[in-house]
Amino acid sequence: MTKGNEMTKSNLRGRRWLSLAAVASAGVMLAGCSGAGGGAGGGGGDTVTLTLATVNNPQMKDMEQLKGKFEESHPDIKVKFIQMEENDLRDAVTKDVATKGGQYDIVTVGSYEVPIWGQNDWLTNLNDYTTQDSEYDVDDILPPVRQALTVDDSLYAVPFYGESSFLMYNKEILADAGLEVPEHPTWQQVADMAREVNNDDHAGICLRGKPGWGELFAPLTTVVQTFGGNWFDDDWNATVDSPEFTEAVKFYTDLVADAGESDPVSFGFTECLNLFSQGKAAFWYDATSAAGSLESEDLSEVAGNVGYVHAPTVETEESGWLWSWNLAIPETSKQKDAAWEFVSWATSKDYMTLVGNELGWSRVPPGSRASTYEIPEYQEAAGAFADITKDVMLAVNPEQPGVNPQPWVGIQYVTIPEFQDLGNQVSQKIADVFAGRSSVEEALSAGQDLAEKAGAAQKE
Amino acid sequence: MTATAIRPGRVENDGEAPPRRKVKHALTRRERKGLRLARALVWPALAAAIIITQIPFLVTIYYSFQEWNLLRPGDQKFVWFDNYATVLTNGAFLSSLLATVVIVGVSVLVSLVFGMVLALLLDRKFVGQGLARTLLITPFLMMPAAASLIFKWSMLDSNVGMVNWALGFIGIDPVAWNTDVPILTIIMVLTWQYTPFMMLILLAGLQSQPSDVLEAASVDGAGPIRTFFSMTLPHMRQYMELSILLGTILLLQVFDPIAIMTRGTGGTKTLSYLLYERAFVGLEIGEAAAYGVLTVILTIIVAMVALRSLFKIFTTEGMR
Repeated sequence: MTKGNEMTKSNLRGRRWLSLAAVASAGVMLAGCSGAGGGAGGGGGDTVTLTLATVNNPQMKDMEQLKGKFEESHPDIKVKFIQMEENDLRDAVTKDVATKGGQYDIVTVGSYEVPIWGQNDWLTNLNDYTTQDSEYDVDDILPPVRQALTVDDSLYAVPFYGESSFLMYNKEILADAGLEVPEHPTWQQVADMAREVNNDDHAGICLRGKPGWGELFAPLTTVVQTFGGNWFDDDWNATVDSPEFTEAVKFYTDLVADAGESDPVSFGFTECLNLFSQGKAAFWYDATSAAGSLESEDLSEVAGNVGYVHAPTVETEESGWLWSWNLAIPETSKQKDAAWEFVSWATSKDYMTLVGNELGWSRVPPGSRASTYEIPEYQEAAGAFADITKDVMLAVNPEQPGVNPQPWVGIQYVTIPEFQDLGNQVSQKIADVFAGRSSVEEALSAGQDLAEKAGAAQKE
Repeated sequence: MTATAIRPGRVENDGEAPPRRKVKHALTRRERKGLRLARALVWPALAAAIIITQIPFLVTIYYSFQEWNLLRPGDQKFVWFDNYATVLTNGAFLSSLLATVVIVGVSVLVSLVFGMVLALLLDRKFVGQGLARTLLITPFLMMPAAASLIFKWSMLDSNVGMVNWALGFIGIDPVAWNTDVPILTIIMVLTWQYTPFMMLILLAGLQSQPSDVLEAASVDGAGPIRTFFSMTLPHMRQYMELSILLGTILLLQVFDPIAIMTRGTGGTKTLSYLLYERAFVGLEIGEAAAYGVLTVILTIIVAMVALRSLFKIFTTEGMR
């Protein structure tokens, strides 16, 4: 009897342990779930596996396609690609880097984030690597791009490809109207021409109106800066309701209302690309990287029929923006040397030639290295826009794009953490201006309040 | 073995009164062990439920007391109710509450009316009834993001959209949907998606209507309109209430069409979109958490009021 009781007791205890174990394993499983999709761990033995997070742009897909070549020449390194849409990538990488998750060995970072993350010591300083690696030729990287990625003389990322902005026009429409577009137009000239050629069949100009700091405010900030305005003055005082900022936004919204696309809130980069490549817009002021798609016979009805000139100006000499997608190594990576091997390979001169030979010269990542523009095959393939892209990218000045000095480096954005929120909210208010629900003054005075808060955070 | 051992004991106790206190005394050691085992077996599930449902909420409450911008790692600090003060005073919360009420309310009511019309049409025998029903349900089965993209590019595009093209035939100028009438645009997409959902519930209600009642009505000389308002509509009341409740709960989370089409402009910034903006554009973890907590409290209040009135209706209906 006692023995039997003992048995049941121990049995019971066993069961209790079992149930405890079940709870524990449930916990482990939950933890496993949250960690799924990670796996930065270096593979067993001598091979190292690098995890790379990147945007799903065509140039990045080409990189993934060619990674076999890298793995061939570096048999001890494997590279795992995780591709995401731009906003998802920004969310995922910001979360990982900010919380020191350490999922990624290499991340693709936009030029807006690099200085902020660099200051936070989230990214590895690449100076040592670039100086030791004599073949890499860091001076070949276009100086304005390099400037935008440097904080206090430390380079925190290297560009994979870069872009500026310029004015594109449909040669046929403008020739029919008997108009000639100067090489360095002013915004007033462009507005007059756009209003003249605007009709029911096609819009005079396509300008982004979709809310978002990276949508509407990419072109609009460059317009504001060439009109003499800016987000902040040299002491971080907000200047969003200044006469220059107001005049620029009025000019932009009036131009869209008179001669632009009919549903501006819907129109971002993709929508304008669509409209312009169907021959439904005479002008388009946007990224230089659009030219590749416009000149492709498969994607565009206006291939070979597009003219490219410098970004229109008012008071500055140039007003193109500067953006690059860059590769950087998070501080949390445990395989920095191997990561640099890959980063330097993907941003090297040899990589450009490799893309050209393997995939075609029009697919070479533009706007990162000066030497790219000296490759004869690339000159031939991208003849219509290669020279002007390089000219514009070398001409812009990220340290002072506007009329007055600014306390940050960068053109169509302000490199402070608050800017994406600020730009987003002000752009939503400008959407109300497009719809006639609010005036430019009302929208910008609300924007001024927001900007003052963001500016106050910098003064602390 | 243990289970069979417990049962006889229980039956014995059931005979005595008051049973509750007696049960405790009457339990043999064996039975207590059995109970302990039963409790131990429930634990894993209970623990998992607590971990899954309550801990994230407690963490959210903790975060809502923090000032924490993801991009400023050094500046994280405890600020008590500052985030709640910011959220309640900056005006965004109330205007977005209003946007949510307008968008959800109108969409639910319009879907209900359309759903009723379609359900009435489907509730009769005709050739191809099954096919018609399947086709009508399709919009509800579509992913919200896909539906929004279809509306954005094929239906409402200012350049090649079918709606503007059709409006052109009756002499109406193209409408800039997302710019000029954002609220209407969102309501259109939501109505299109949720009408089939309403239709399904209402159709079930119609088909449960006893045919002898309808027959009696027609014998008494009631026409189809009189029958609908005097017989069918009262019968459908609880089905309509159910579809309003479920539709409201589903639509409160609406996000995709706003993110894809209007980007929160022109009075379409609903609570869920506002929350997304604070967390992922503003990267203000504390503020976003405070919005989240407020939204949960609000939802609980609304759900309690709605559910209570609904149960009241159900019970009075049942007693009738």
